[in-house]
Amino acid sequence: MTAAFTGLRAWLVQRMSAVYMLFFIAYFLVHFAVDPPHSYPVWRTWMTSFSVSIATAAFFAALLAHAWVGLRDVILDYIHPMVFRVCLLVLLGFALTAVGAWIVRILWMSHG
Amino acid sequence: MTSKKQRPVFFNLARIQMPVGALTSITHRVTGIFLALGVPFSIYLLDLSLQGPQSYARVIGLFDNAVFRSAVIIFVWVLAHHVLAGIRHLLSDIDIGSQLRPSRRSAWVVNIGGIAVALLALGVLL
Repeated sequence: MTAAFTGLRAWLVQRMSAVYMLFFIAYFLVHFAVDPPHSYPVWRTWMTSFSVSIATAAFFAALLAHAWVGLRDVILDYIHPMVFRVCLLVLLGFALTAVGAWIVRILWMSHG
Repeated sequence: MTSKKQRPVFFNLARIQMPVGALTSITHRVTGIFLALGVPFSIYLLDLSLQGPQSYARVIGLFDNAVFRSAVIIFVWVLAHHVLAGIRHLLSDIDIGSQLRPSRRSAWVVNIGGIAVALLALGVLL
């Protein structure tokens, strides 16, 4: 687990995911400003369109990677006893995995 | 070990000098933690909004609630500050504004910009 995103790789993941999320949020805001989805069918049709589904899935993948690196840094900075540190990292890993599974389910179900 | 314990520890946050860059930096970290905590709530709302017309209407209806609207505005501030401070970091990674003076100025821009975006959200939601 310690081999996952350390050093330069973590730094790069943090930046690349940030840049992608920045563009995604900008796109989302522009869409909501220009053509806000006023009803359920419009919202759902937009969210389940091929390009938006892919972009949303990529957004959440970036978000999870970004959150992992960021919260891992916070844990390593402030939690020094090894046992607590490992427990918290494992807990964080489980939480992020659960969130990922939830996202997959939402995107999957919305297409059904 | 004993000499380590005798070292003076002076970390009273209320008494140490906090330059504006430090304030932006620590706020970036704190907002990051809050955003991570906000992820499950946001995903829950996304889930509800896509389940069907009734649950979609429930999500829209939440915006009639003043407490929910306040939470949204705080969330917007947290997100805006984190994003702006993040852009500042990315720019200083490529050596834009990494000198002391420009970095102080951009720190102010981030701190005030975050509040400005939150006020904009307040205007939209009121």
